[in-house]
Amino acid sequence: MIEISNTEEENVQILKVIGDVDASSSIHLDSALAEAIEKNKNIIVDLGQLNYISSAGLGVFMSYLKELDANSLKLVLSGLNEKVFHVFEILGLDQLLTIKEDLDKARAELNEV
Amino acid sequence: MLSDKLKMRISLILGILSWMAFTYLDLYLLFYQKNNLPIGLTNYVPRILQTIFILSLFFFYRYRITKAENFNFLDLLWKVFVTGLITTIVSLAIRSFFMVFGNSAIANNLLLINLFYHINIGLITAFLVSTFIIWKKLILYQKSKLLMQFWNLFEYSLLGGLVFDIIGYQQLDPVYNAVLVFLVLQGLVLSFNLKWVAYLNFKQKWKSILFIVLVGIYLWHFFTNLTAFSKNYTLVLDLLNEVFIIAIFTFIFIYAVVSILVIIFNLPTSSVFERKLKEAMDFQRLSQSIPAGQNEEQVYEILLDSSMSAVFADGAWLEIEGEDGEHSFVTRNVEEHEVNDIKISVKNASVKKILSTEFDRSPGSQKITAALKHPTFKSIMVLPIMVKSTQVGSLVLLKEVSDGFNKEMINIISTFVNQASISVENFRLINEAIENERYQEELKIAKRVQQALLPSDLEHNGKFDICAYSVAADEVGGDYYDLLKLEEEKYALIIGDVSGKGTSAAFHMSQMKGIFHSLSQLNLNPKDFLVHANSALSRCLEKTSFITTSFYLIDTSRNQIQFSRAGHCPSLFYCKQDGTTEYFQNKGLGLGILRNSDFHKYVQVNELNYSEGDVLVLYTDGITEATNSNGEEFGYDRLKRSLEKSSHQAPTQIKEGIIKDLYDFLGTTDLNDDYTVVILKF
Repeated sequence: MIEISNTEEENVQILKVIGDVDASSSIHLDSALAEAIEKNKNIIVDLGQLNYISSAGLGVFMSYLKELDANSLKLVLSGLNEKVFHVFEILGLDQLLTIKEDLDKARAELNEV
Repeated sequence: MLSDKLKMRISLILGILSWMAFTYLDLYLLFYQKNNLPIGLTNYVPRILQTIFILSLFFFYRYRITKAENFNFLDLLWKVFVTGLITTIVSLAIRSFFMVFGNSAIANNLLLINLFYHINIGLITAFLVSTFIIWKKLILYQKSKLLMQFWNLFEYSLLGGLVFDIIGYQQLDPVYNAVLVFLVLQGLVLSFNLKWVAYLNFKQKWKSILFIVLVGIYLWHFFTNLTAFSKNYTLVLDLLNEVFIIAIFTFIFIYAVVSILVIIFNLPTSSVFERKLKEAMDFQRLSQSIPAGQNEEQVYEILLDSSMSAVFADGAWLEIEGEDGEHSFVTRNVEEHEVNDIKISVKNASVKKILSTEFDRSPGSQKITAALKHPTFKSIMVLPIMVKSTQVGSLVLLKEVSDGFNKEMINIISTFVNQASISVENFRLINEAIENERYQEELKIAKRVQQALLPSDLEHNGKFDICAYSVAADEVGGDYYDLLKLEEEKYALIIGDVSGKGTSAAFHMSQMKGIFHSLSQLNLNPKDFLVHANSALSRCLEKTSFITTSFYLIDTSRNQIQFSRAGHCPSLFYCKQDGTTEYFQNKGLGLGILRNSDFHKYVQVNELNYSEGDVLVLYTDGITEATNSNGEEFGYDRLKRSLEKSSHQAPTQIKEGIIKDLYDFLGTTDLNDDYTVVILKF
């Protein structure tokens, strides 16, 4: 099960993902990200309450790398627990995505530029 | 036990013999009486024999008539008619004999008269008993327990009457009368069980009346015949003195009269009953599932026709959105161009809604009938056809009179429509099930193909030993491993895991195999291998798919391994010399993630010198992420400990040790992911 909410702030929108992202729920994550990119605003994905992410879920993040770049949008992941972070790390996605400990740091990262 | 057929024969023979015996004895008694000779015999003996005769007949007919399981009422009445006819013909023949020989001596011979009378007794008793049995069948049609008990009481009372007859009370004696009234009253009460009448159609009712009237005529004929004998001649045995015979006689007569009256009163309602029966038949036709290969149209045709006839509609149409989006339109007595006019002339909003397939299952009863402002049709009834709780169409019935549909009709049509919907729904579900079955079959084939992609034996030299274990959770999995000899003492080893599951993962795995086999020929170093593999995969993988892999080049002449990790879970290495078991800490990025020329920046190549006894364990994340019922993962530490325990053993034992530890931890052999492990020992 997965629950995704999008809160729009002044310069940023925050996608909060709660639950597990597996093969079936990754579809929701995909559409949420696609919608967010259309709003043309930097994105923070708050994964603080994400318990598990499968390879399909990682595939979703990976598939938007190019598009984000093309739209010169920034995407920051925040609040990953150790297990989830490890999954990103093994795949090497931590080298391509910006990952921050919490929302504040993620905001700071986006405001810096 | 005796068979029914044998029982029938025995009772028939017994009946004939006992009839002959008591006839002979009666005549014998008569002869002795007439000649005032001493009689060495009481009157009771022939009476007992007569009782045996009656009981034999009773058993004979009981077996004969109840044998038929699927009886029909007219056949039963026909039997009564035929038995009666034979009896009547014989008794008429006897009558005519007396007419012809009127006053001659032979006609006044007492012995002859009594013989003829006894023949009459035999035949009339047979008729009465057989009719009695048939009446019993009619009365007990759809019997209740209470009725059954009451009937049994009646039969026992009649048996009592039979025994009473042996004593030989005369007609009109108070005791005789009391017994008779008692029996007749029971018969009268039982005579009001006529459930069978309802199941006759109009024609059958008329036939039944005819047969029963004929039975009445027989009875009247027998009765006059018997009274004539009784009045005119001295009889050894007067049947009219037998309470049993009179009671049965009266009972049969009463039931005949009641039946005729009830059938006559039921004549006007038989059309209603027939209609109900037809509705039930239509309903049954609707509920029969659609045989495979045929289509839903048939159900719709039946639905339309049976609905029309059930409510006497003057016109109708049926509009259905098929499963494949196809629109079917069936009309009866309405031209297609009229349909739109009719739709427009509907005055009621909720009916309009159903017509435009916007029916919502709002609580409360929806109004489904309405008045029409149309030159031909004045009232309309519309029912939504629901399949899997969405409206797929509507059934429309039209009448030329206003307010033509009553509540009863709505109920019937609703039932019809519901049943048709169920049939269609079942049909669609079966089709889906067949489709699924086919997919399952295809998946099995895919699994076979995919398993063929994994190497059946891993070719190696004496410097190392290797074994592998791989199972897929789904029919097809996405795990891949392979070992290829590049040249003497040089080997390429790979393990890979395709993101996602199922058939697409299996396809990607086969692509990976192709890439591994072709790039390996080029004798590339690990970095170039991964860069080329990434560029090849970037062109063919789906947008959200990637492959993680670890690639090893083993040179057994120099005891050296070169390796690179592309997003795959880090391999585990046991160093015998140091006694340490560690995961490699190299960096890397999965294949297909970065689909541009920057990928090479993320490839890191490591080198390692091994010595004898060292163990390399490759695995897929299915192993480390395997979760038990408490939600715990098998994890890196358990895998590491498992290897530590068994690292001194041969690869096969190490493999088995790890698999055992994994399954022990999970507590089940149900897979929730693909598990692959490759053990290499130097």
